[in-house]
Amino acid sequence: MAPPKDTAAVTTYGDYELITPQNKLRKALSDRPFDPNDDPVARAERALAELSGEFAGWMDEECDRLDNARQTVKTAGFTNAAKEQLFHAAHDIKGEAATFGFPACAAAADSLCRLIEYAPDATKIPIKLVDQHVDTVRAIIREYTRSNAMELAVQLNKRLREVTDEFLLHENRNRPDVIQSILGPSIVPNQ
Amino acid sequence: MAVRIDFAKLRFLVIDDNAHMRRILRTLLHGFGAREVYEAEDGASGLEAFTHYVPDIVISDWAMPIFDGLELAQMIRQPGANSNPYVAIVMLTGHSEKKRVTAARDAGVTEFLAKPISAKGLYERIVNVVASPRPFIKTKSYFGPDRRRMISPNYVGPERRKGGKADVIRQSALLDKVRAPG
Repeated sequence: MAPPKDTAAVTTYGDYELITPQNKLRKALSDRPFDPNDDPVARAERALAELSGEFAGWMDEECDRLDNARQTVKTAGFTNAAKEQLFHAAHDIKGEAATFGFPACAAAADSLCRLIEYAPDATKIPIKLVDQHVDTVRAIIREYTRSNAMELAVQLNKRLREVTDEFLLHENRNRPDVIQSILGPSIVPNQ
Repeated sequence: MAVRIDFAKLRFLVIDDNAHMRRILRTLLHGFGAREVYEAEDGASGLEAFTHYVPDIVISDWAMPIFDGLELAQMIRQPGANSNPYVAIVMLTGHSEKKRVTAARDAGVTEFLAKPISAKGLYERIVNVVASPRPFIKTKSYFGPDRRRMISPNYVGPERRKGGKADVIRQSALLDKVRAPG
């Protein structure tokens, strides 16, 4: 497809340019009044709900990926590739768990991401701690239908976080900037 | 009055190495009414698809193989190097720490959407880039949407932009311009 010709308006100031590009998205603004019976967000949510029958299977696939990455670390050690594979699998679960209907798994996956990301030397990460994270994710999913599953998940996640923070704070004891990041809250607003 | 967007008039490019997440995004975009949704599974094929399909809005994951979403944004924001360095980029990511958000902003990302995603969150980001586009700023070290989303009356400190008008730049939303009589 041939790109349209660019016609940006440029104003030059002392050490910068202010550029107002041609607004190509203007074509999508609609004059139609908002119809509460045709809410696009509600439509998208319905479409997602229709897809939700797939989510449990997808979550299982993501857990298998995490498990395989754990096995690679155990076999090959914390090589760069193995570390990246494990981080990526945990990171995807952290981002997807709530969408797939398993929000309680996100905290354990997040804790594993923090463990890998903030450990100055990954080879010092106890394999047992990695095992505990992966097994926790698995256990929470397996027991999700139990009446006290949420309570158990909260306890497991809390304990994992405590143990992980203890390890990370010790390993980063001479890196105050990293400690600040470890303990700092997210600044992304709630949606 | 709520802004109405005709999604059928927008072309989307979704770049995410996770097939499940691509399916979720495609489902949401089709739910909004979009018809043209293209996909790529890593930064390299995403850049190729960006050049080929000329999308209106790029929705990219951060963590991807070959090169990641941040590097992709930096490659797109190269004036003169491609057909649309001004394209709207929505960065979708599980990273939500301050340093990550700042890095995305400094790479020229237009909007940031933290996972888990919701239909409402994605819709709001898209409405924002369509109805309230920001001007671009080009300096020796930055090219991308104006990183000053507002003028803070409480700001204390030197004006970092030289040229006198930097502290009075305001932009009315495109929607207001469209609505303005005459």
